[in-house]
Amino acid sequence: MNLQRVFALVKRDLKKMTRESATLFLIILFPVILTLAFGTSFGAIGGAQSTTYQIGVVNMDSAGPYQQWSQHFIGNLTNVEILNIQSYSVNETAQTDLIQGKIQAVLLVPENFGQSCDSFWNAPTDPSLWVNTTVQLYLDSGSMFATQAIPPIIQQVLAVTVYGEQPTSVPRPIQIGSPSLVQVGKISMFDYMAPGIFAYAAIFLTMTVAQSFTTDRENGLLRRINVTPTTPTEFMTSQAISNMIAALIQVALVFAMAYLVGYRPKGDTASFALAFGIVLIFSLCNVGFGLITATLAKSPGAATGMAFIFIMPQMFLGTFVGFALSPAAQAAGKFVPSYYVTDALTSLFLRGAPVSSPTILLDLSVVSICSVAVLLLGIVLFRKYGKV
Amino acid sequence: MKEAAIVIDNLTKRFEDVTAVDGLNLEVKKGELFGLLGPNGAGKTTTINVLCGLLEPTSGSANVGGYDVQKEPEKVKESIGVCPQETAVFSYLTGRENVELFGELHAMPTEKLKRNVDELLGKMNLLQDAKRRAGKYSGGMMRRLNLIMALVHEPEVAFLDEPTVGMDPQSRRAVWDFIRELKRQNKTVILTTHYMEEAEELCDRVGIIDHGKLIALGSPEQLKEKFGAKNLEEVFIQLTGRRIREEL
Repeated sequence: MNLQRVFALVKRDLKKMTRESATLFLIILFPVILTLAFGTSFGAIGGAQSTTYQIGVVNMDSAGPYQQWSQHFIGNLTNVEILNIQSYSVNETAQTDLIQGKIQAVLLVPENFGQSCDSFWNAPTDPSLWVNTTVQLYLDSGSMFATQAIPPIIQQVLAVTVYGEQPTSVPRPIQIGSPSLVQVGKISMFDYMAPGIFAYAAIFLTMTVAQSFTTDRENGLLRRINVTPTTPTEFMTSQAISNMIAALIQVALVFAMAYLVGYRPKGDTASFALAFGIVLIFSLCNVGFGLITATLAKSPGAATGMAFIFIMPQMFLGTFVGFALSPAAQAAGKFVPSYYVTDALTSLFLRGAPVSSPTILLDLSVVSICSVAVLLLGIVLFRKYGKV
Repeated sequence: MKEAAIVIDNLTKRFEDVTAVDGLNLEVKKGELFGLLGPNGAGKTTTINVLCGLLEPTSGSANVGGYDVQKEPEKVKESIGVCPQETAVFSYLTGRENVELFGELHAMPTEKLKRNVDELLGKMNLLQDAKRRAGKYSGGMMRRLNLIMALVHEPEVAFLDEPTVGMDPQSRRAVWDFIRELKRQNKTVILTTHYMEEAEELCDRVGIIDHGKLIALGSPEQLKEKFGAKNLEEVFIQLTGRRIREEL
């Protein structure tokens, strides 16, 4: 491989990005505007916002010899700063208020709650003597915050009530019906969206690649390059490098803009390095989709329209738009590569997961395999049917 | 006797049921300025595309600069320069950047590339506009730029496909002088043109192709004498039976 040729072509692509207004907009300005618009609209400005959750509690264990346990539990819930506890005497009234959006969750403390706690302390090492029970939790399914933030808070309060300050990983007689893995306290809507925006910006590389190839083909430029000693490998390597540079610039810009509007993601240097890495790999996938589009499209205009065949599913099913979709659509999202980019970045920046966690490694593997496969497919199809 | 720069042996190229080139045999000597003439759709461009390695022949063989176009296309591409009929330039690059890019794609050393770029831009009267984006050039300027992009790396064999189409007389003369200079440098030039006076003025020999077959071959003088014609255009009309500019 001759690096002089590769770098000459990369230099050409970078000049195109900065000199052609349409390309400049899609690659540079679009992510900047998108991040600023969403950041200001969805509450990132000024940093994380305080959130208070309205929780309705129905205590079925308010009388009897073990009632102090349920009162202690409700007292602990009341002490949590971000919870606003409202007591209900009957479940139906609480459910009505939940449906009407007056509260975001209903917690049903069962009749044998205190008995269960007491049984634990009488025989803490012998689960066979425990009286097991379940605290029912009803959540407002329309509230993303309620579904993701409330369960871990309740879990934590329950653990403190039963064990004091002991770790929560030991067995216990009382379970909560609606578990969640997310540990969040003060968050904004933008915190949920930001990981998706990183993937969202890179998705549009599909369009710029498709436009670039069809324009160059229409103008006879690909044919002209084809009669120089430049090999297909050198040409495609240059495309991969220049689009990875574009993705790098996009991620840096999105980070900078998001930071500007108050986004403060969790994670360390390794998390940021992995975030950049996974988006760079994902950019190759979009180069592949761009090549497939250029193979199918006869003109640059057609390429612009046809690029949406690949952009729309990735955008709606795999980025920040996805969480607002139906369960079926969310399940379908697992078939688009952008889902795994968003999932990895969400784990890194929202959940604070380490880079070595299995979820992130799985996401990275899926994105890498998909990207290589789609890129190779794009190269093969364009070489065979691209009419250069 | 000069060695052959191009050898075409019984070359045939078919596209499904259309035979674009039909058993073509031709030899072009090193340093020769050879005109490939023929009506539109006669098979000229297909022949050149095969010689450049862009198309694979259906049968037969072709050698360019001593290399088989099918077996050693990389070597062929190192030794040729192709000026396409359409002005294929990157509009967002400056004139200089366009020429430099093609020099770099031929892996030219930096110093030599800079020297050649300056020299060629000067000869084509584009030096003053070298820093302007090519998209802002006039049609004539683009065509001149199109030509020097093909020749910046000093190829041994140059394929010039209608290099003066759409040029004003002054620009055309400048390009003619430039092509003559290539010949003086002992470069082999394959020139396709619809301008018979251009072929007559520049070419050592011409070959006339029609329906994919070579129907006449010789110097302009030999062909005029053989067909009792005043000029090459008359020869052409006698042989092909249609006017060369009918589609222009």
